[in-house]
Amino acid sequence: MEIIKVENMSFSYSKEEIFKDFNIVINKGEWITILGHNGSGKSTLTKVMIGLLKKETGIIKINGIELTEENVYDVRKNIGIVFQNPDNQFVGSTVKDDLAFGLENLCLAHDEIEMRIEKYLTKVNMLEYKDKEPHNLSGGEKQRVAIAAVLSMEPEIIILDEATSMLDPKGKEEVIEVIKNLSENNTVITITHNLSEAILSDRVIVLNKGKIVLDGKPLAVFKETEKILSAGLDLLPSMKIANKLAELNYQDEELKGILWELNSKM
Amino acid sequence: MGIEFENVNYKYDKRNAKYAIKNIDLKIDSLNEFICLVGHTGSGKSTLIQHMNGLILANSGIVKVSGSDVKKTRNINSVRRKVGMVFQFPEYQLFEETVEKDIIFGPTNFGVSKKEAILKAKEVAKLVGLEQTILEKSPFNLSGGEMRRVAIAGVLAMEPDILILDEPTVGLDPKGQREMMELFKKIHQTTKKTIIVVTHDMDVVSEYSTRVIVMKEAEKKFDGLARDLFLDQKLLEELNLKKPTYIKIAEKINKKLNRNYQIGCLSLAELIKEIVKGE
Repeated sequence: MEIIKVENMSFSYSKEEIFKDFNIVINKGEWITILGHNGSGKSTLTKVMIGLLKKETGIIKINGIELTEENVYDVRKNIGIVFQNPDNQFVGSTVKDDLAFGLENLCLAHDEIEMRIEKYLTKVNMLEYKDKEPHNLSGGEKQRVAIAAVLSMEPEIIILDEATSMLDPKGKEEVIEVIKNLSENNTVITITHNLSEAILSDRVIVLNKGKIVLDGKPLAVFKETEKILSAGLDLLPSMKIANKLAELNYQDEELKGILWELNSKM
Repeated sequence: MGIEFENVNYKYDKRNAKYAIKNIDLKIDSLNEFICLVGHTGSGKSTLIQHMNGLILANSGIVKVSGSDVKKTRNINSVRRKVGMVFQFPEYQLFEETVEKDIIFGPTNFGVSKKEAILKAKEVAKLVGLEQTILEKSPFNLSGGEMRRVAIAGVLAMEPDILILDEPTVGLDPKGQREMMELFKKIHQTTKKTIIVVTHDMDVVSEYSTRVIVMKEAEKKFDGLARDLFLDQKLLEELNLKKPTYIKIAEKINKKLNRNYQIGCLSLAELIKEIVKGE
């Protein structure tokens, strides 16, 4: 079932055309990764998709409802976004207050608010930090709180825009673990440069100059080495090895056969 | 001459038992070293590098830069000029109307004439891979990677003996990250100056470093060659560090295909050499 559908969308920043007649369908329950070099249009695409930036032409449908200026705020209630910088997303003076802020804006009953705070902090493994001040948390902990705050609004679609790129390796692992869990019940869109994160998702699309140049299962996409390189991305390490060995004309079928498995748990 | 630490200790809160850095002895030459400084968040890396140019003064112990004690020196600016520091996201610190003005801000503050500083700006812009035409542009109309290069050029323009960079590749895409590391390699090769890079990326450590320093819980736990660090399984576990990609891959191939590649390959090129040689 389609949850987001973009048809013939065009968008420009002042005079620079970013998208022209762009199409994409995202299915319900999918975990989709958008890859592309800086400036390829990844963030712009997600912002246009949810009406944060105004498209020039085309149709965007969320859950079958066409996005218009009148309904954009209602439709967006169904979408949560986590951004790159863990320090820029806090409003509350404690972790708990931070979640409560969004929930009070939804005009929920007190009990319901308490219940959701408990539920979603548990989900990201941060319940014991509920009375802590956000600025005392590590980067990974901050991002997990930001994710909990987004989840507590119970959106169907969750977008993570380079949510792990500023974290240290431990923080990255913590957040990726949380994303993996989310993807079981939600539609998740991640924008990332981290190939080991992308490889876990259901579907990868590669953007270059505002066009989709690759779209498919992660491994199938990563095998398209020429297109990956021309999109300004890095190859998976196993692919680099395969390429080098081919250049040297080195035959080793046994090794070739297992190279893919080497990526599986990178 | 370089930087020397003798039994250096520092606490952010003296009433607290927790040290930010503890018992640090360290000697860094001002030439020919490419040092990667690693350790988990909160291990003391940033505190350590801030001691190197007098931004933080030790509670006890001695820090010497070019032979003079940082605490006793009357001219802390000369220390800061010798040890150039590029902070995380340095592009946020750009502020001038043009790139050229931004780059010459440091040198002119240190008393270099404007004319000389402009010549220097042209030179460092070239070194960091910026087009000369960019010098007249506003730094705020540049891409993220370009802005970061401008900020680095601004530090290089002060002609430091040693260059320290705190996580210089964070937030860049993989291509930008590689280009940035290649830039430091080039600066290192052309100027011979010692470069210290704070990083979490073990692939950067294995490919670029001539020396690795590992911090854990305020103490220096390792100081030596990348190969020695990455081949010491027990130490890696103790320091909670991962192995670089190509070492992991070599181990997996050995295990799966029952082969005997030596596992100390620090880069793709080394691994390929090992595979091809094994024929």
